[in-house]
Amino acid sequence: MTMTARAVPVPTPVTQPYWDALDRHELTVQRCADCRSHVFYPRPSCPSCGSRRLEWVRMSGRATLHSYVIMHVPAPGFESDVPYVIAIVELEEGPRMMTNLRAVAPEPGALALDMPLEVTFESRDGRTLPMFRPARGAS
Amino acid sequence: MKPGTVAIAGAAETELGALPHMSEADLHVDAALRALADAELTLADVDGVTAAVHSPVEIAHQLGIKPTWYDGTSVGGCSFLVHVQHAAEAIAAGHARTVLVLHGESRRSVVGHAPRAGYAESPAGQFEAPFGAWGPPSLFTLPFLRFMHETGTTAEQLAAVPARQSEWAHGNPRASRNERFTVADVMNSRVIAWPFHKLECCVVTDGGGALVLTSTERALDLPRPPVHVLGMGHAADSPLVSQMPDLTRSEAFRRSSAAAMAEARISRDDVDHLMLYDAFAHVPLYMLEDLGFVGRGEAGAFIADGNTAPGGRLPVNTNGGGLCYTHTGMYGMFAIQEAVRQLRKEAYAQLADVEISLVQGVGHFFTEAATLVLSNRLP
Repeated sequence: MTMTARAVPVPTPVTQPYWDALDRHELTVQRCADCRSHVFYPRPSCPSCGSRRLEWVRMSGRATLHSYVIMHVPAPGFESDVPYVIAIVELEEGPRMMTNLRAVAPEPGALALDMPLEVTFESRDGRTLPMFRPARGAS
Repeated sequence: MKPGTVAIAGAAETELGALPHMSEADLHVDAALRALADAELTLADVDGVTAAVHSPVEIAHQLGIKPTWYDGTSVGGCSFLVHVQHAAEAIAAGHARTVLVLHGESRRSVVGHAPRAGYAESPAGQFEAPFGAWGPPSLFTLPFLRFMHETGTTAEQLAAVPARQSEWAHGNPRASRNERFTVADVMNSRVIAWPFHKLECCVVTDGGGALVLTSTERALDLPRPPVHVLGMGHAADSPLVSQMPDLTRSEAFRRSSAAAMAEARISRDDVDHLMLYDAFAHVPLYMLEDLGFVGRGEAGAFIADGNTAPGGRLPVNTNGGGLCYTHTGMYGMFAIQEAVRQLRKEAYAQLADVEISLVQGVGHFFTEAATLVLSNRLP
């Protein structure tokens, strides 16, 4: 059986700084210089006010578990990962993003909604992906 | 559009299930010919064609139609509801006289299946696909734990959605899952994407369907009982499930349904029958709440208690839905077809009194929404 490669993101000019920052192990999102809204995913203009003045700001990396599924049917390339958790996490600063959970059992009993998480970085085919794990020091 | 200006004068489905002898284009053609036969019209009567899976122009050419109006809007499973709206508006404006709204999809046998792959530079390709989010079982289901958490909806109530719908499909030879099953059966079926079990995910089939739309004036001269288009609406939300503003509500369901009910000049109390697009068991829960038929957090108990099942006060998904009847990938056509059958009094599980049916569709998980209000009587 041929193993399909896992999906690897391909940046566009607007998203390149996001991926470059992850290579430095920094999680950044855009913020509007006019209305101060955070903007994620990266865009050419602010979806709240239309301003083109977006700047990159670094996130703390702290987040909470907003929702998830435990996949028992894998995406192509994820065959050896099942069961695996696809999560939506809410960053301390407000934006939400999709990720996978690390360093925690893929079991409902180990995964309470709103549990504190922190970012961890993982390489895949020359890109760095933001993954999340239970926050150290959290009960 | 003034309610009742345009009507569905013909409707038909192809065979359903596993159809490895037919391509997707063949399914479109078969559905078109069946619907025209139902309306007692011919290809020469048709001047408009719509399709979502394939180009409407390509399908028109296969059929031998030279259209002067066409629409290929492709917004996932609710595309056909949007096509009905566009076709009705075109007929009302005099830009088309008789429109075929067509669907054919070979999702089970994958014969002549048009690829719908994403791409790695897209927002989904960059910000969702790398995490093993792939297709409906991961993306459609992901909001639901948050919904449970905030509304108090239980796993048993989720399981009751397909279990209750199986009561409608029971014994129907055209339904893929046509034997009644219980909440326990659902919860004992294989986990696909926890908290979703196999019986909480739709069936995967081949099939097609077609509708013939024309002016009400003309439909009244045709042999079949006209199904009047009273109200229509559509809306869109985030194309990324991870960027939904609220994982427990769909603004798009609210806006599309409000527009359709306002145009139809009806209230929820006027609705006798609901078709709620159910690719997964949680979608009817969101829809019942977002459309306002029940309050926040009440949908799970409402369904589990039998209100939407045979004998209940608000019949929902009377063909068994995508969970039991059929689901080719884009289900919306089949939801409309069941509404038409109920309004023409020819459904397998026919309701005694039904004058107004509301069809709520969704596309690309929670991205697009569209609503139709249909009736067997003129307002």
